Amino acid sequence: MLIPCPLCGPRDALEFRFVDETVLRPEPQSAGPEQWRSYLYLRANRAGAVTELWLHRSGCRQYVVVERDSLTNTVTAARLARKEAVS
Amino acid sequence: MPSRQRQRPRTPLPRRFSALSLARHGLSRADWPRIWRPRELAPTYDAVIVGGGVHGLATAYYLARNHGLTNIAVLEQSYLGSGGSGRNTAIIRSNYLTREGVRFYDRSVKLYEELSTDLNFNVMFSQRGHLTLAHNDASLRTMRWRAEVNALQGVDSDVIGAAEVGRLVPQLDLSDTAHHPILGGLYHPPGGIIRHDAVVWGYARAADALGVHLHQGTEVTGIDVEGDAVRGVQTSRGPISTPVVVNCTAGWATLIADMAGVRLPITTFPLQAAVTEPVRPFLKTVVVSGSLHVYVSQTARGELVFGAAVDPFPSYSMRGSLQFTESVAGHVLELMPALAPLRVLRQWAGLCDMTPDFSPVMGVTPVDGFYLDVGWGTYGFKAGPVAGETMAELVATGKTPELIAGFDLARFAEGRLVGERGAAAVGH
Repeated sequence: MLIPCPLCGPRDALEFRFVDETVLRPEPQSAGPEQWRSYLYLRANRAGAVTELWLHRSGCRQYVVVERDSLTNTVTAARLARKEAVS
Repeated sequence: MPSRQRQRPRTPLPRRFSALSLARHGLSRADWPRIWRPRELAPTYDAVIVGGGVHGLATAYYLARNHGLTNIAVLEQSYLGSGGSGRNTAIIRSNYLTREGVRFYDRSVKLYEELSTDLNFNVMFSQRGHLTLAHNDASLRTMRWRAEVNALQGVDSDVIGAAEVGRLVPQLDLSDTAHHPILGGLYHPPGGIIRHDAVVWGYARAADALGVHLHQGTEVTGIDVEGDAVRGVQTSRGPISTPVVVNCTAGWATLIADMAGVRLPITTFPLQAAVTEPVRPFLKTVVVSGSLHVYVSQTARGELVFGAAVDPFPSYSMRGSLQFTESVAGHVLELMPALAPLRVLRQWAGLCDMTPDFSPVMGVTPVDGFYLDVGWGTYGFKAGPVAGETMAELVATGKTPELIAGFDLARFAEGRLVGERGAAAVGH
C-alpha cells in the first residue's frame, strides 16, 4: 500500500504509523464523562471510504490525513494534518 | 444432459457416530450424506443468530440443548465457518491476566475437553501444553503475575526456567548470543490445539439435529427496530420477523450493530497466519514468543502453523502480505534455526475486532432484543463454547450470567475496562 505523502511523495505504508480514524475532540469546557468516553472508545470502523490520521514516522514525521478504502486498501488522498481546520 | 457423475444411493448416517457405524458406512460405498440439512427460510423465528461460526452455532446449540428453544435460525452470509472460525490458528488456553478473563476461558477449556463426547463428533482436541517464552525481565514479571492469577483461579500455569524450556522444546535456540535470548517461560499444560473446522461442523450437526435452522448464503441486510426493540431482520433471501437478534459476527460486528443503531468500541484489523509443508512430528508444545510476535504449533498432519500479531493498520481486506511472510519466517528461524529448509505452503488472513481493553463485548444493548457477542480480537475461537453457553443463558433467561457481567457494552461509558492486553499471545 502506497501513501502519497504531501511532502515526501508516494511512500510505502510501512514508513507510516496508523494513528486512528479521525474523531473530533469534544469541547473541553462543556463535555461530560460520557462524551469523553465516546470520543476515546467508540469508532465508526467503516467498511469502505474512511478518513484516518497517520504519522509519517520514518519520513518527514508529519501527521497526515489519509483517505482510504478499507475494503481494498486503495489510498485516494493524503493531506498534511496541520493544514486541516479543526473546529 | 446425462450426468457423468456416478449415482450412488445416499443412505442416512446413523444418528450417533461410533467407530463401528462409521466403518460400516465407509465400506458400504454409499456417499457420505451432509451432516446438517438445508432448510426453507421461515417467516418467523423466536431468535435469529447472525454469524455461522463457532460462536453463532454454539449459541444456537446451547439455546436448544440447555433451554429447549429450537425455533432458531443461524444466518451466515457465506458458508459455515468461513470467517474467523476457519482462519484462526486453533490454539486453546486459559492462562489469562484478569480474574474475569481466566475463569471465563477456563470454563471454555472445560467445555472443549468434553466437546467430542457432548457433540458425538471428534473435534481432535490435543492438550499438548502451551509455552509462552520470556525474552526479558518485563515479560517474566508479567508471567509471574499471570501465573499467580491463574493459580488463584485453579488454572494449571507456572513460570519455568530456561533449562525446563529446553527440555520441553529442544529445537529452541537457548544460547546467550541469540538476538532475543530465552530467559524462561509461562508453561500451561492444559493448553493445546484443536481441529477448528470439526468444532464448527460438530456444533452445526448437533444444532441441526435439535431442530435449529442453519441458513448458509444468507446475508443480513438490515435490522428492523421499532421503539427501541427488535422486530425482525432483512436478509438477502427475504424478511424474518423475530424479537431477538444475536450479533455473533467477527469482522462485520460494527456493520451489523450499525443496522440496529448501536455504536461499538471496535476497530477491525486483519491477522495473518501461514502453514508449512508437513514434516514428521517433532514439536509437541505450542510455542509463543511475544517479543518476536510469533506463535508456532504442529498440527496432527505435521504442518507447522505460524501466527503473528494483527496487521499494523485496520482493514476489511483479507489479502496476505509479503511483509508478514518475511517477518514471521525470520522470527521463527530466530527461535528454531533448524527449520530453515522448511517451505511455507500458504498464508491467509482473518479479521479481528479489536476493543480498547482486549476483552470482548457481550450482553445486552440499549436496543431491546439486540444482543452482542462481539469484539473478540484475537481470542475468539478459544471462547466459542463458553460464549455460546453464556449467550444462550442470557437470551433464554433474560439475566446476564455472572461469568460475562464484566464484558458488557456499558463498561466503556462507565469506565470499567477489563484490561487483557497483557495476556495477548503476542504484542499488538
